[in-house]
Amino acid sequence: MTTLLMVKNLEVKAGKKTLLAVPLFEIQDGEVLGIMGPNGAGKSTFIKALALLETPAHGAIFLKEKDITNDLTLEMRRKFAVAMQQPLLLDTTVFNNVAVGLKLRKLPRQEVKSKVSAWLEKFQISHLAKKQASTLSGGEAQRVNLARAMVVEPDILFLDEPFSALDFPTKAQLLKDIKSIIKQTDTTTVFVSHDLMELRYLSDTLAILMDGELKQTGPTEEVLSSPNASTAAFINEWKSLLS
Amino acid sequence: MELLLEGLKKAIEMILSGDPEILEITLLTLRVSITAVLVSTLIGIPAGMFLGLARFPGRKLILAIVNIGMGLPPVVAGLWITLFLWRSGPLGELSWLYTPTAIIMAQILVSLPIVTALTSTAFQQINPKLILQVKALGATKLQLFWILMKEVKLAILAAVIAGFGRVIAEVGAAMMVGGNISGETRILTTSIVMEVSKGNFDIALALSFILMTLAFIITFSLTYLQQRKRSL
Ligand SMILES: Nc1ncnc2c1ncn2[C@@H]1O[C@H](COP(=O)(O)OP(=O)(O)OP(=O)(O)O)[C@@H](O)[C@H]1O
Ligand SMILES: [Mg+2]
Repeated sequence: MTTLLMVKNLEVKAGKKTLLAVPLFEIQDGEVLGIMGPNGAGKSTFIKALALLETPAHGAIFLKEKDITNDLTLEMRRKFAVAMQQPLLLDTTVFNNVAVGLKLRKLPRQEVKSKVSAWLEKFQISHLAKKQASTLSGGEAQRVNLARAMVVEPDILFLDEPFSALDFPTKAQLLKDIKSIIKQTDTTTVFVSHDLMELRYLSDTLAILMDGELKQTGPTEEVLSSPNASTAAFINEWKSLLS
Repeated sequence: MELLLEGLKKAIEMILSGDPEILEITLLTLRVSITAVLVSTLIGIPAGMFLGLARFPGRKLILAIVNIGMGLPPVVAGLWITLFLWRSGPLGELSWLYTPTAIIMAQILVSLPIVTALTSTAFQQINPKLILQVKALGATKLQLFWILMKEVKLAILAAVIAGFGRVIAEVGAAMMVGGNISGETRILTTSIVMEVSKGNFDIALALSFILMTLAFIITFSLTYLQQRKRSL
């Protein structure tokens, strides 16, 4: 496996307050990496920094071993896609929503059309293509959101709790679908969640983020079976809930 | 009641007879109002977007001034324009006082704050996470602005409608800087004031029906545009 994205000495601040301090973090090519942590731990902040949406106060960022710290351009940003907890769709049709990323990249019309159709198909929402986004159910909207992220064929897909507002059956179905899509396309994914069940189902690797610091990282089952001193309380609470 | 019917009859008569003076007044009213709203829109929308989205020192102060500007009494606007255009004033050499240009300037002064303030409110209501999401979709700055503008287009059109409403109704400033000169700066509102003062209620009523019809047609068109089936 090769390292796709690496950050060193990453620090994100809001004023004087340090929101995030990560000495070293790596994502391997093709890996699905889960990030878990309590509310306010800095998970969304971390995603924003990794997806180049916010410039960190400090740190170096490497993409495929190339230092892009001083090159956080649009071109780099366009290699990534992000789907958040709220679908945040635009006030237009489903088709147009999924097409946005491609249109922004100025792809030819015909290509936009065929790609969007293909991804609507993959997320089983072809029948919604002409519907206004505002009329969708939560589950449908989240499918559109994920299709909108995947259609640009990102090098890394960032998911910030995309399933947490869905009811269980909807969530379960979408989890199955996204898992198979990620596998099929071999998409490197960073997946933030509160939910241990989701994380176990999707992630190869699990990172525990607390108080803006990565407390433990490793293969998902390994982290869960042998938490360290800082993560034990948090993880064991989850495990006692599940057992 | 009789007066109203009489006025309506007179209005229809005047319109049907194609009275050249009425036509001229009406056309000038249209030209002046539309120009003023157009300028206010072209400046007010980008300015409102900037005030709504950007964060810089002094922004709150500017927003407060713009909000106060929404309630600027037209006669005060008229007074300022007069002072500027007065023969010895800063722009006196242009000889714009008592021309349609002066009326347009006064109308811009009263409608620009409305368009700007309402547009900025629309942009301030955008979810900051949506802005982040659109960036994450790979938008350049310009593409981001364009997408956000489409998200708030209803509110932007409402801002333009409100600006137009102010302009078409405005009389104090137009009277002051235009002078209600027959054949030059007489517009519907100023001639209504004049006819009423002369006791010609039937003509005044006739003019007011024309004015209301214009306001109705334009506001209706803008509303229609606003409520049109949404598309990207
Ligand atoms: N712009 C900001 N200014 C100040 N503090 C901020 C800012 N953005 C985030 N924070 C703080 O940073 C911390 C981390 O926030 P973040 O949203 O990354 O947490 P999170 O782990 O995603 O939480 P959640 O699970 O609730 O989504 C929080 O304490 C939050 O209040
Ligand atoms: Mg979060």
